Amino acid sequence: MRQFDFMGKRRLAFTTSAVMLLIALVSLAVQQLSLGLDFTGGTLVEVSYHTAPSLDTVRQTLEAAGFQDISVQTFGTADEILIRLQQAFDPNVGQQVTDLLRAGGDQVTLVRAEFVGAQVGEQLRDQSGLGMLVALGVVMLYVAFRFQYKFAVGAIVALIHDVIIVLGAFSLFQIEFDLTVLAAVLAVIGYSLNDTIIVYDRIRENIRLSRIDDMPAIFNDAINQTLSRTLATSGTTILVLLALLVLGGDMIHNFAIALLIGVGVGTFSSIYVASALLLPLKLQRTDLIPAPKENEDAEELP
Amino acid sequence: MLNRYPLWKYLLILLVLAVGLVYSLPNLFPADPAVQISPASGGENLSESQLERVQSALADADIPLKSTERGANSVLLRLDSASDQMRARGVVDGLLDDDHVVAVNLAESTPSWLRDLAASPMTLGLDLRGGVHFLLEVDMDAAVTQRLEVNASAMRETLRSERIRYRNTEIDGRTVSMDFMNAEDRDEAKSLISRDFPDFQYADAEADRGARLSMTLSDQAVDEIQDYAINQNLTTLRNRVNELGVAEPLVQRQGPNRIVVELPGVQDTAAAKRVVGATANLEFRLEARPDTPEQETETLQFRSSPRTAELMRDVIITGDSVSSATRSFDENGRPQVNIDLDGTGGTLMNRATRSNIGRNMAVVFIEHKTNDRTVMKDGKPEVVRDPYTERGIISLATIQSALGNSFRITGLDSPTEAAELSLLLRSGSLAAPIYFVQERTIGPSLGQDNIDRGILSVQIGLLLVVAFMLLRYKAFGLIANVALGVNLVLVIAAMSMLGATLTLPGIAGIVLTLGMAVDANVLIFERIREELRTGLSVQQAIHAGYERAFTSIVDANLTTLLVALILFSIGTGPVKGFAVTLSLGILTSMFTALMVTRAMVNLTVGGKPLKKLWI
Repeated sequence: MRQFDFMGKRRLAFTTSAVMLLIALVSLAVQQLSLGLDFTGGTLVEVSYHTAPSLDTVRQTLEAAGFQDISVQTFGTADEILIRLQQAFDPNVGQQVTDLLRAGGDQVTLVRAEFVGAQVGEQLRDQSGLGMLVALGVVMLYVAFRFQYKFAVGAIVALIHDVIIVLGAFSLFQIEFDLTVLAAVLAVIGYSLNDTIIVYDRIRENIRLSRIDDMPAIFNDAINQTLSRTLATSGTTILVLLALLVLGGDMIHNFAIALLIGVGVGTFSSIYVASALLLPLKLQRTDLIPAPKENEDAEELP
Repeated sequence: MLNRYPLWKYLLILLVLAVGLVYSLPNLFPADPAVQISPASGGENLSESQLERVQSALADADIPLKSTERGANSVLLRLDSASDQMRARGVVDGLLDDDHVVAVNLAESTPSWLRDLAASPMTLGLDLRGGVHFLLEVDMDAAVTQRLEVNASAMRETLRSERIRYRNTEIDGRTVSMDFMNAEDRDEAKSLISRDFPDFQYADAEADRGARLSMTLSDQAVDEIQDYAINQNLTTLRNRVNELGVAEPLVQRQGPNRIVVELPGVQDTAAAKRVVGATANLEFRLEARPDTPEQETETLQFRSSPRTAELMRDVIITGDSVSSATRSFDENGRPQVNIDLDGTGGTLMNRATRSNIGRNMAVVFIEHKTNDRTVMKDGKPEVVRDPYTERGIISLATIQSALGNSFRITGLDSPTEAAELSLLLRSGSLAAPIYFVQERTIGPSLGQDNIDRGILSVQIGLLLVVAFMLLRYKAFGLIANVALGVNLVLVIAAMSMLGATLTLPGIAGIVLTLGMAVDANVLIFERIREELRTGLSVQQAIHAGYERAFTSIVDANLTTLLVALILFSIGTGPVKGFAVTLSLGILTSMFTALMVTRAMVNLTVGGKPLKKLWI
C-alpha cells in the first residue's frame, strides 16, 4: 500500500490553517454572522384568503419580490395564512405583502401585521455559549485521562479550529445562520471529535508497539493505516450531505453546507491540527508508556 | 471456539430488537384533530350529562364526531378535519363555563394494544407538523400599577422609619399620590423620597385638610417598566413551557405587547394552556394588630371557607423571591409545597419574622383572571375583557420562631394545585398579568414541498450509503446495512419512548448518527482486512478486527456522547433536542455495530473453516 508523507508537509498545512483561521476571524469581526429569523425576529403578517391558496405559491410570490427567510403556515383554517418574514418591521409591510398576494388575482384581506421578537432568547444564547465551553472542558479532561494531556490540547485546538472556520465561512459568504445551522455546527463538533479520536487511538497503539522514536514516521504510519477508513467514512458522509444539498430544498440547504465544510475541515484537522500539533508539543514515547522502573535496572546488573 | 456467541447474547439482541419494533410502531399511525376538555385548576371532570349536552350541541352544529374518549382527567373529542376542529372548539367553549378548559389538540391514534404497552408516537415538530398556537396579551397597565404598588410600599416604609406621618396613598394610572398633615411634612417627604426614586416627576397639590404630593412616572420610566415586563414574561413563559416538558416549543414576542407560544403536535394542550396562562403568585403578609390604622390594613377572605382576616397592606415578600419549590405531602397526607427563598428574600423574611414572633402570618394566593363579555360594536360582535384580581388566604399561622430560607406552605386544595403552584413558583412569576387573545392550530412552518424534498433527500442519502457499503464490503456490507436498519428502528423507538420531538434538523441528526454507525462498521471491516493482510486466518482476523477496533469505537463514541450529555444538561430548546437525538443515536449505533453485526457475522461465518472472506 502506498505511504503518504503527511507529516513532511505539516508546515504548509499549518500555514493553510493559520490563513483560514485569520480570514474567518477577520470576517467574523468585521461583518459578523448573517443571523436568520430565529435569532433576529422580523415581521409577522396574518392574511385571510377567500379561498384556500397554495402555500408554495404564496412563498414563491414573496420570494420573487425579494423578501427573505419566509415561513408560510396555515393558521386555524386553510384560508387563513400566517407569514413570518425576516424584515425589519415597518407599518407598510403588511399592505405591501397583501398587495403582492392580490396581484395573483386572489381575494386577500390583511388581518394584522406586527413585529415578532427572536425565537432564541438572550438567556438561551448565553446558556448555549456556556454549554459549549463546559463541553470543551470535559472533553479535554476525558482525552487527558484516556490518552495524555498533550492529546487533549491537540483535540481541543482542532475542535476550535473547525468551529471557527465553519462560522467564518458562513460569515464570509453571508450565508444565513439559523437554528438548523447551529445544529449542524454542533454535529460538526461531534464528527470532528470522532475523527480525531480514531486517529489518536491508532497513534497511541503504534507508539506502544513500535521500537523507534521517530514520531513523524509513527504518525505517518498511523494516518496511512486509518486513511482508508477516513476516506470511506468521510466519503459516505459527504455522499449523504451532497444528496441533502442538491435535493433537500431551502431548509436543509444551509445545514448541508455547514456540515460539508465541517466534515472537510474536520478530516483535515484530525491529521494536520490534532496530530501534527503533537510534534511541537514534543510528544514522546514516555508520555504513553511509564518510564522503566528500578526493577528493570536491577535485572541488567551483573 | 472463536467467533461464537453464547445463546443468551443472541436472545438479548432479539429481545432488544422486538422491543424496538413494538415501540417504533405507533409512528405509522397518523394523529386525529381533536378537542380536549379538562377541568380548570382543582375542578371536577366533565359530568356525563354535560358530555351529552356537548355531543348534542355538536350534532346540532352539524359537526361529525369521530369518537369520544374519557380519560382520567379529561375528555377527548376526535374530529375529521381541522376546520371541524375550530368550529367544534367554538361550540364547546361557548357551552361550558369557566370550570373547564377547552383546547384544540392533535390526538394520537395508536391502537389500544400498543397503548397498553405505553407505546406512543414521536411528536413531529412545529416545522414538520405544526401544532397549537396561543397568542397572549400582556396587561401593560397592570405592569405599571404593580410597580407603583411596590414603590409605594417602599416609600411608606421609608417615611415610617423617618417618622414622617402620612395619611393616605392612592395609585391612579401612572401617578402615586400621598396625603400629609401639612406642607412641611410633605416637603420633607419629597426630599427624602426623591433621592431614592429619581424616575418620578414630583408635584405639590392641595388637598382638603393638609397637603398632597403627587408623583408621576416619566414616559421613559413607563417604557422601561413595560419593556421589562414583557421580557420578564417571555423568560417566565419559556421556563414554564420547558418545565412542562414540551420539546421544541416556540415562544416569541409579537408586536409591542403580545407573546406567541406555539407547542408542537400531540400534547396535553389543556394542561399547557392552564400552566402557560396561569398568573398565580403568592404574597406573605403579617396579620394586622387590633391597633393598626385602617389605611394600612386590608380584609381578605380565606379560599376554603367564608372566614376573613385583617391583614397588613405591606407585603413581606412575594413569590418572586422563591428560588425553588417542590411539592410533597405532610404527615396527614395533605399536599404541601416546600419553598426555598433566594438570598434577599430570606433576609427579608428573617427580619420580618424575628421581630414578630407570636403574631400571625398569612400566605395569600393571588390570581389574575378575566371576564369575557361579547358586546356589539359598530354592528360587529367584539369580545371585551374585564380583568380582575382574586386574592385569597391559603393559610394563616402563628410565627413560632424566626423563619429562614426554607419553609413549607400547607392549606392547598389538591395535589394538582400543589404541583402547579410549585411549578409556577419555580419558573418565576409573571411581571404582568397575561390574557389569551387567540388560540389556533397552526400548520407546519416548512412548506409541504420542502418537507417532501427534505425527506426524499434523506432517503436518497441513505440509499447511497447502503449502495456504497455493498460495493465496498460485499457480504459484510450487507450485514452492515441490516445493522443500519436495526439502528434506525432503535433510534425511532427510543425517541418515541422518551417523548422526543422530531424536527427537520433532528432528522438530519439521525442521518448523521447513522453515518457514525457506518463509521464503526467501516473501522471494524478495515481492521479485519488489515489483519487478513498480515496473514492471520479468517477466524482470527475477524476476532482481532472486532477486538482492536473496539477501543477506537468506544473512545470516539464516548467522547461524543459526553459532549451530547453536556449540551443536554445545559442547553435549552433546539440545542437540547439535538443533544437527545445525538445521544440516542450514539448509544444505538454502538450497540448495533458492536453487538448486532458481530452476532450476524458469528451466525453466518463464525467457526466455519473458511479460506477466504467476502469483504
